[in-house]
Amino acid sequence: MIQKLDSKIPDGPLENKWRNYQIKSRLINPTNKKKLNIIVVGSGLAGAGAAATLAELGYDVQCFCYQDSARRAHSVAAQGGINAAKNYQHDGDSIWRMFYDTLKGGDFRSREANVYRLAELSSPLIDHYVQQGVPFAREYGGVLVNRSFGGVQVQRTFYARGQTGQQLLVAAYSQLYKMKRAKKVTIFARHELLDIVRIDGKAKGIITRDLVNGKLKRFAADAVVLATGGYSRVFRLSTLAIGCNCTAIWKAFKRGAFFAAPSFTQIHPTALPQTSAAQSKLTLMSESLRNDGRIWVPKRKDEPRAPNEIPEKERDYYLERRYPSFGNLAPRDIASRAAKERIDKGYGVGRLKNAVYLDFKHAIERFGIDTIQDRYGNLFKMYKKITGVDAYKEPMQISPAAHFSMGGLWVDYELMTSLPGLYAIGECNFSDHGANRLGANSLLQASIDGYFILPNTINNYLVNILEEQQPTIEHPEFEKVESEVKKHIDRLLTINGSKTVDHFHRELGKVMWQECAMSRNKKGLESAISSIEEIREAFWTDVKITGSAQEMNPELEKALRLADFLELGLLMCTDALQREESCGAHFREEYQTKEGEALRRDDTYSYVSAWEYNKGNFELHKEALTFEHVQPAVRNYK
Amino acid sequence: MKVTFKIWRQAHSDAKGEFKPYEVNGLTEDMSFLEALDHLNEHLVRSNEKVIAYEYDCREGICGQCGLFINGRAHGPHPHMTTCQLHMRSFKNGDTIIVEPWRAKAFPVIKDLIVDRSAFDRIIEQGGFISAQTGTAAEANSILIGKKVADKAMDAAACIGCGACVATCKNASAALFTSAKINHLNSLPQGHQEANKRAIEMTAQMELEGFGSCTFTGACEVECPERIPITNIAEMNARRTKAKWMG
Ligand SMILES: Cc1cc2nc3c(=O)[nH]c(=O)nc-3n(C[C@H](O)[C@H](O)[C@H](O)COP(=O)(O)OP(=O)(O)OC[C@H]3O[C@@H](n4cnc5c(N)ncnc54)[C@H](O)[C@@H]3O)c2cc1C
Repeated sequence: MIQKLDSKIPDGPLENKWRNYQIKSRLINPTNKKKLNIIVVGSGLAGAGAAATLAELGYDVQCFCYQDSARRAHSVAAQGGINAAKNYQHDGDSIWRMFYDTLKGGDFRSREANVYRLAELSSPLIDHYVQQGVPFAREYGGVLVNRSFGGVQVQRTFYARGQTGQQLLVAAYSQLYKMKRAKKVTIFARHELLDIVRIDGKAKGIITRDLVNGKLKRFAADAVVLATGGYSRVFRLSTLAIGCNCTAIWKAFKRGAFFAAPSFTQIHPTALPQTSAAQSKLTLMSESLRNDGRIWVPKRKDEPRAPNEIPEKERDYYLERRYPSFGNLAPRDIASRAAKERIDKGYGVGRLKNAVYLDFKHAIERFGIDTIQDRYGNLFKMYKKITGVDAYKEPMQISPAAHFSMGGLWVDYELMTSLPGLYAIGECNFSDHGANRLGANSLLQASIDGYFILPNTINNYLVNILEEQQPTIEHPEFEKVESEVKKHIDRLLTINGSKTVDHFHRELGKVMWQECAMSRNKKGLESAISSIEEIREAFWTDVKITGSAQEMNPELEKALRLADFLELGLLMCTDALQREESCGAHFREEYQTKEGEALRRDDTYSYVSAWEYNKGNFELHKEALTFEHVQPAVRNYK
Repeated sequence: MKVTFKIWRQAHSDAKGEFKPYEVNGLTEDMSFLEALDHLNEHLVRSNEKVIAYEYDCREGICGQCGLFINGRAHGPHPHMTTCQLHMRSFKNGDTIIVEPWRAKAFPVIKDLIVDRSAFDRIIEQGGFISAQTGTAAEANSILIGKKVADKAMDAAACIGCGACVATCKNASAALFTSAKINHLNSLPQGHQEANKRAIEMTAQMELEGFGSCTFTGACEVECPERIPITNIAEMNARRTKAKWMG
């Protein structure tokens, strides 16, 4: 069992590990590369970056996404920016500092070696994106600009207005099409992965559904790479796209890949509050706004006055009060919990009293409206479109929302899952963020996984299977898996109950948000597990889906995704229940300090939980975390 | 709030389509337009009818996947806004709202309100990139780019590829889309090497896909969610002419 969790961290000092790895890793000659076929599922920064780069190296690549075009992967929605330890601002930044910030930000629940590599590769990644034509913000003299993000005291975030993710993704997408033109990549848009095919203990292909005509299709390959993004739609209301799903990683889990730290999910402090039950999505307001915006609530409960009428001394700038040294730039988990604390105590604002203010008055007085417009213009515009309110004149109302999954498929240093031949890159792996991700580190992680790491590690596996016979879709295992998928779909369509898919998703979302989000406890998690079992049972007996499997059927797509979320919800609660400590975004009410801060228990819980699926049961494995280069400290942002 | 939607229904690309009326109750002004359609779809499921197919993903105005022709306008009654950012407060109780897919020869209907926009991807394929391999980049600050140049490139690069420009144009021209990409890349030093080739090959593909030609009516820039100005098209034409002369 223990061997199954070999993280394969290379020897040597931290600074040399990645170089040592590359020196020792085995190579494949160009003629052989041509014969090797790789499936990449996902076209976000991780997927598009990997597919394009693997194709440049000479592999034959097939890339899949469920949207109508690869350019729409949800990486497109990232606003704020991407971190790199360039130290352009001369403010004391370094690879080491970035490494330390990230490890500490994740509350010492990630691997030193992985995090160091993330920081190490950040600088060449910015060079790479500039070369691809990303129009990052510039000073008048022509050099690149930086700003700060939460949880750090240096300026290391690069950005392209409030559309950084879009600009990076468009660059990655253009490289993908460059390789399509070179006939090295085939792109399958509107294709959804519904299962993974495993032959002789190795991942050898996938089954997809063509979303235009409903046809199930088989694809075989020498290796399968999942780059399918985050699973926060398990909460239903989140900052993710409506189509974001856990299907690929869930099927992988059921086929033998371990799932790590599923309960580590990030709740972002600055999204727009929910305003009605019909709401389908919570829009993010970039964290970068906290560079200049100040967060407050009225000192009086149920304050009836409009925000601008409340005098300074009757406002509670609670982040500045509680965390004087980081103030409004406290990390996300802390900022979200602090907002929840105020809202739960009755100080929330807005129609549903579920929001706090984010105020730009002081920044506008200090820098002038033009500067603020230059920095955040499109975010203010977006705010106005959605709420009808002009945030140059009146503070924004913001609220915490489900946003990012630190958890995901367990991977080793090579980004391979515990199922040989199956890789997981980008947000869908558990990777580098520990129990809490720092802002602007995720575009970075998705990108370096895809562009820099995977193309240097996958050869180490492929070289060993060169002699093996090429898999084909005629193999009986493909037949078997396809018929299982077909049965699953037929079963859903024949239930013909009385309630819609969205009904069950709302129910699941309520339970997950209540019991497995910002604050968790034993009793709540246990009751969540039984509630989810009930919702799942009800779903499988009473859901109604119209239309057929042999046509474009958006309702069926939703149902297939929800069926997996209902199972993932159980695993998340199970994971949160076993971790009897508080760390990062995982806050167990039973484990807190007198001041209400998270109480970590390194003696017992300094491990990555990695779950194995075993005939409907979840079995826990532990990858011990050892810290050779830093001493885990109490995370202090005061 | 109550409205009547008249919605284009078409079973598949070869089927004949038609408008069907749907009376919808129980809406609120806070609902987004897409949430109102979600609400209608849930109702259709409960009445044992097939749901209406329409596109969306991010629902925050950036992925470019949503796109409906509402009461004769791309993305609805307001300029510079995607369909997902439109809210029911822009309509009145009792309104009849006509909802159609994008109409353009190069964007065939797939089902109901969903069209095939892969022509855009094929235009990008003909040069909407910089040919540089991963691992070959120079230090980022070694090539300076003035703020003005970077800002202008960003203005063009902001395109979300939604297709509203095509849908609203009487000629169904893709000139705004194509010019945005050409100008983004050609105005940056990194894009210079392939500038002429890019201008020629991308515009050639645009014509091959069956998009109409631009007659400078300016309709596109009114609907563009990213406010990409029509001057981009003039700039593209100049670049193309120059490229033809220069080879
Ligand atoms: C609103 C928002 C703002 C953010 N802002 C920032 C920021 O400023 N800085 C930062 O660093 N990070 C930010 N993040 C996080 C960051 O954007 C993501 O973590 C990152 O982009 C994920 O990239 P990815 O390539 O892993 O996944 P994605 O970009 O989500 O791509 C997933 C891909 O997988 C495909 N896919 C999924 N399931 C299937 C399936 N079953 N079958 C076939 N294909 C499938 C999709 O089609 C898509 O192509 C933000 C996230 C959100 C939601």
